[in-house]
Amino acid sequence: MSSLNLTLRVWRQKGANGEGKFVDYQLSDVSTDSSFLEMMDLLNNQLESKGEEPVAFDHDCREGICGACSMFINGQPHGPERGTTACQLHMRSFQDGDTIVIEPWRARPFPVIKDLVVDRSAFDRIIAAGGYVSAKTGSAPDANAIPIPKPDADEAMDAATCIGCGACVAACKNASAMLFVSAKVSQFALLPQGRVERAARVRNMVEKMDAEGFGNCTNTGACEAECPKEISLANIARLNREWLRSNFVLG
Amino acid sequence: MVLDSKAPQGAIEKSWDEHRFNLKLVNPANKRKYTVIVVGTGLAGASAAATLAELGYHVKSFCIQDSPRRAHSIAAQGGVNAAKNYPNDGDSVHRLFYDTVKGGDYRAREANVYRLAQVSNNIIDQCVAQGVPFAREYSGMLANRSFGGAQVSRTFYAKGQTGQQLLLGAYSALMRQVHEGRVELYPRTEMLDVVVEDGKARGIVTRNVVTGKIESHAGHAVCLATGGYSNVFFLSTNAMACNVTAAYRAYKRGAYFANPCYTQIHPTCIPVAGEHQSKLTLMSESLRNDGRVWVPKEIGDQRHPSSIPESERDYYLERRYPSFGNLVPRDVASRAAKAACDEGRGVGASGLAVYLDFADAIKRDSRAAIEARYGNLFHMYAKITGEDPYSTPMRIFPAPHYTMGGLWVDYNLQSTIPGLFVLGEANFSDHGANRLGASALMQGLADGYFVIPYTIGPYLDGLARENDMAINPNGSAFKTSEQEATARINKMLNINGSQTVDDFHKKLGRIMWDNCGMSRNAEGLKKAIDTIPKLREEFWNDVSVTGTPGEFNQVLERAGRVADFLEFGELMCRDALTREESCGGHFREEHQTEENEARRDDENFTHAAAWEYKGDDNEPTRHKEALEFKYVKLTQRSYK
Repeated sequence: MSSLNLTLRVWRQKGANGEGKFVDYQLSDVSTDSSFLEMMDLLNNQLESKGEEPVAFDHDCREGICGACSMFINGQPHGPERGTTACQLHMRSFQDGDTIVIEPWRARPFPVIKDLVVDRSAFDRIIAAGGYVSAKTGSAPDANAIPIPKPDADEAMDAATCIGCGACVAACKNASAMLFVSAKVSQFALLPQGRVERAARVRNMVEKMDAEGFGNCTNTGACEAECPKEISLANIARLNREWLRSNFVLG
Repeated sequence: MVLDSKAPQGAIEKSWDEHRFNLKLVNPANKRKYTVIVVGTGLAGASAAATLAELGYHVKSFCIQDSPRRAHSIAAQGGVNAAKNYPNDGDSVHRLFYDTVKGGDYRAREANVYRLAQVSNNIIDQCVAQGVPFAREYSGMLANRSFGGAQVSRTFYAKGQTGQQLLLGAYSALMRQVHEGRVELYPRTEMLDVVVEDGKARGIVTRNVVTGKIESHAGHAVCLATGGYSNVFFLSTNAMACNVTAAYRAYKRGAYFANPCYTQIHPTCIPVAGEHQSKLTLMSESLRNDGRVWVPKEIGDQRHPSSIPESERDYYLERRYPSFGNLVPRDVASRAAKAACDEGRGVGASGLAVYLDFADAIKRDSRAAIEARYGNLFHMYAKITGEDPYSTPMRIFPAPHYTMGGLWVDYNLQSTIPGLFVLGEANFSDHGANRLGASALMQGLADGYFVIPYTIGPYLDGLARENDMAINPNGSAFKTSEQEATARINKMLNINGSQTVDDFHKKLGRIMWDNCGMSRNAEGLKKAIDTIPKLREEFWNDVSVTGTPGEFNQVLERAGRVADFLEFGELMCRDALTREESCGGHFREEHQTEENEARRDDENFTHAAAWEYKGDDNEPTRHKEALEFKYVKLTQRSYK
């Protein structure tokens, strides 16, 4: 194990309406075994010891599955490693003497709450608009009543691994939420249980996505490149197909 | 107070059906008149909120995360048990019931466990109907795998992300009800108190963590689904925000806390790497299906694992437990790992680790097959340790993971405060002294989807019959709770001490791990009971809580939770000290067999211990609920 001396350039912003700015901090003796968030803990512990306010950031499970962490690190959502959330990024990816720039997600539908914390409740509202199968508790047939081809189930699972972190939006020059929406639409479009409501689902989710102020997709592919769960761009193609299809079904 | 479990008498196979028939129903047109508060949006909370709303109740749902989808159930990896017997390998409701009671070392309530086994099958049906993409065979049928403590294959899974998929299913059902207007959602909201009026739970006091506003919410009933308290150890596999506050505040308002010393130390976690460590990461128990656990035979053997020949390795689980082998229950596997390390045969830089080796499985089934089963776990391991588990054995060590103890509830999931119901990990009822793998997801969803929707009915119906329907968030009990919560916050902010909240949390964690961890003895527990109050006093005199109350203030949030852990830890030690036996995850060094297995004392301890709060300056009172075993015979648990 070795250790690093770093300069952190961190976005500090008091509240939603406050003006933000970058503040530089020097941090020494950072273990290369520590995670990026543990490095932030070290900084915050030092600030708190001095009675200064620590840097606010969202985090919870620290194993890459809850989707809470949301840092833009050196110009990339979740930092430099592919398929990795900030909490799973380890300091061995950095060099001694590095300057690391840390910002919140920047997208109009994700307003800053404080420092690196943003409000992603727009994603919840998109799910509420249709991201479900309307199966009331107790109404289900036996689980093996409808066989599902393994490739379909596997593909649905790949789409369903989305953690809702918002990196796709943060990476996109249009702040588009198409990868997020398409992952949910795909999961259900691939499964027989989801097909009953597919037309209304895609229509309602896309309308909500637009209403929340997310931009459109221009096939840049930054979302796929930055997605910590490596959700495929093919889902956006499927979303477009589902949306077109809904026009024939719903008129 | 006599603890009446309200468990139905009569044949256990019929008792849930008969109980349901006897429960008073609430007329569909009347359900909308009731407001039910559900705190927590994990598997238990989200499934309860969604299902109660589907039935027509008005539901208010609270969580501390920014979205209900991020509750810690999301991180559960391995799977969910059900007695479907799809593999035709001899499973049945009775066998799942039997395995769970035995796995819990005969310290769970039989009737609850039987019901859990019965509804397990409905859970799988429900989740598939919601579009949960469980793993499947090429036939299109659902796949199963094995977990510890069972000799049948009854675990349903979605890669190593089963908790995520089940939670997203429950979350989507919840969001559907939000869309329908039947659930009001309160994310980024922390519960600070339960409000009890005229002996009934009438609502909660919360803090909006974005604005800092203290608010009262009134309801006809309150359901706590606020998870477990493993973070009392500081280092655990729980998410950073997991805490005991909601349950502990309920305890201080009169809900009994049962078996707080029953904690599960999970055998397969990534070992501690250094002082910077903020949490520990679990490697799913499912890995023990294919991984073989070993340490070098020689003490202090520092060679690289690949240089240690087969004949110089000790596959100690296979040696000690030939019939269950690597799939012994968690408590047994954890103690065996500790024993190997205590002997000086641990591996890695700290000597506090054992190997979990996949070389044989890769040789047998191919690397691709192993990758398909555990790809995301291997990926996670490689990220954290910088080592490749396909070529070098994983290093693992036990870590706090789950808490079987929790608020005492009766068969209807009602606590000792009328109108306060407790669901999922937050209650104590189904796992006894040790939980089997893949049973937490089962219990959370059973409570939320299939138990509380029925068992809350009679209480609510009773309110109407007693003409007691008025709820008022401006009542005096709410005002008192609000004032107390505000005063506590202001007190913490005005200390301006020199130590951080984490400094105190780490100190407490060390005390708990050393004295109330994987093995316990009277001397250590007494020392902890003596030390914790001193640490608590130090906290209230020297903690540094920065910022102000009326803003987004993560230090303040953590300070409140650590303050409660500093009281709760003492209760845990007290419970561990008074339970003069070993059972499941509770291992008292004074009570072990010659082969170092847990030795129960059935004559004196076949009961659940439920603690009653008696004021800050008084010792709590220990009550007993006797456990009767009519269907499972108590024996020395053997996995040989």
